[in-house]
Amino acid sequence: MSLTPDDIARIANLARLELHPDESERMLTQINGFFGIVEAMRAVDTTGVEPLAHPVAVIQDVALRLRADVASEPNQREANQRSAPAVERGLFLVPKVIE
Amino acid sequence: MHSASKPLHDLGVAELAASLRAGQVSAVEAAQHFLGRARSHESLGAFLAIDEEVTMNQARAADARLAAGTAGPLEGVPLAHKDIFVTKDLPSTAGSRMLEGYRSPFDATVVRKLADAGVVTLGKLNCDEFAMGSSNENSAYQPACNPWDLARVPGGSSGGSAVAVAARLAPAATGTDTGGSIRQPASFCGITGIKPTYGRASRYGMIAFASSLDQAGPMARSAEDCALLLSNLCGPDPDRDSTSLDLPTEDFARSLNDSIDGLRIGIPKEFFGEGLSADVRTAVEGVLGEFEKMGARLVPISLPRTELSIPVYYIIAPAEASSNLSRFDGVKFGHRAKAFADLVDMYKKTRAEGFGDEVKRRIMIGTYVLSHGYYDAYYLQAQRIRRMIADDFQQAFKSCDLIAGPVAPTVAWKLGGHGNDPLADYLADIFTLPASLAGLPGMSVPAGFGDGAMPVGLQLIGNYFTESRLLNAAHRLQQATDFHSRKPEGV
Repeated sequence: MSLTPDDIARIANLARLELHPDESERMLTQINGFFGIVEAMRAVDTTGVEPLAHPVAVIQDVALRLRADVASEPNQREANQRSAPAVERGLFLVPKVIE
Repeated sequence: MHSASKPLHDLGVAELAASLRAGQVSAVEAAQHFLGRARSHESLGAFLAIDEEVTMNQARAADARLAAGTAGPLEGVPLAHKDIFVTKDLPSTAGSRMLEGYRSPFDATVVRKLADAGVVTLGKLNCDEFAMGSSNENSAYQPACNPWDLARVPGGSSGGSAVAVAARLAPAATGTDTGGSIRQPASFCGITGIKPTYGRASRYGMIAFASSLDQAGPMARSAEDCALLLSNLCGPDPDRDSTSLDLPTEDFARSLNDSIDGLRIGIPKEFFGEGLSADVRTAVEGVLGEFEKMGARLVPISLPRTELSIPVYYIIAPAEASSNLSRFDGVKFGHRAKAFADLVDMYKKTRAEGFGDEVKRRIMIGTYVLSHGYYDAYYLQAQRIRRMIADDFQQAFKSCDLIAGPVAPTVAWKLGGHGNDPLADYLADIFTLPASLAGLPGMSVPAGFGDGAMPVGLQLIGNYFTESRLLNAAHRLQQATDFHSRKPEGV
């Protein structure tokens, strides 16, 4: 399997990454090099094997914990917005999306 | 006031804690001493941020608690954090331009727990960008140098942590390990580091890379110091980390001195194949011989999917990274591009400018393997093999109590040595990835020296929750050898 320049453009769009042409070219070579070693993985027979997400689930049941849906934090709007690129009147600013 | 025979910076965590409690040294003296060393060794590139006022305030508070008799177990011990942990009082960058100047509104749980135990923060340590790398060369700010040979890499991604501890700029540091990022730099810099069982340490406030793999752990100069630190940084965090295990805090130092007579050490044949360089093999076999002298028995085992762990890891970790890193969109925090046409263009330019090459590569791989039509063939397939790899370990642990082998196939390579070949870095992770995928505790223990008189690390892997057994074996080895107390020339 080999990716094409079109694949790289499509993936970069999905990932919201602007790539310069030379960057795309380098990326194509490197990613195709990487998928060379992935082939070995694709050939493994995994019929009937359950995917493993939490590693400790190999030996015991692990239930992802849910906490009660109650506010546990005080209002920290200012601290939370201190590192935001653009804020006005306590709101995050983004470029206009709706005409 | 300090009058011990050793200079302050040669004291370990346990020794320093005892001197502080005994009033032989004050927290302020200790903090000043280490800050001075950090300044005079700036060219090593270990630190990304130091704020003397923050450190000295913490030190004065520690002295007050020592005087008042309300001291924590690590009161006044200086320590530095990998810059992947967010801190309220110091910048948090994850080694990325994306987070230049970022200030977190809260402390990571690991940071808070260590502060509760009394540690004084010396600053934030250099690392590969978002912990992606094995040489620290992916830091957006500066590379770090290996104190044993300034022309070589310290390893990564917790490279700054390993440099700081090896060069005696801090008695200990925190690190994180996703695919070997505590063990490999510890090995390359001749220090001791442990990654606990996945779920032991809270991931809250650890800037996320691959959430099903990321674990925090201590890096120090001895197993004893690691045990002390690990006991204070682990513990359930039920409301803030949904994958944190509901296990009570443990005293991991409780069995440090136990006999290892009769201990069965599994030797995976796949870790000693042709990919292992001769110098590393000789050093590792040397310390395995020391274990035998103490009554341990070496048992041949097999981890047949060792090589497969490379593609499996490099599918799963980038997949999770591409999802985690989608939060960097130039809206709520971090970098935002100056000029753009519209919202989507702002996202694309912001991310193009803020992320480095390796991070972009992993985001691309991750996005691809999670995209429509490829998810089953790559991501699910990788997760299935992940289970097979974890099962292989359970099979192996039927005939042994712990597993030993090299941490890495070679000693630290030269800065720039892997050129622009990311695959070379990936392949060098082969011996640390299997335990990461299985979520098992693993550590690196100094095992002597190889080519270029560079340190070699022995990797010890335990079954789930057996950190104290690993630390016990490592401690006994450190009683019988002195590799862990050697220090680089000129330090």
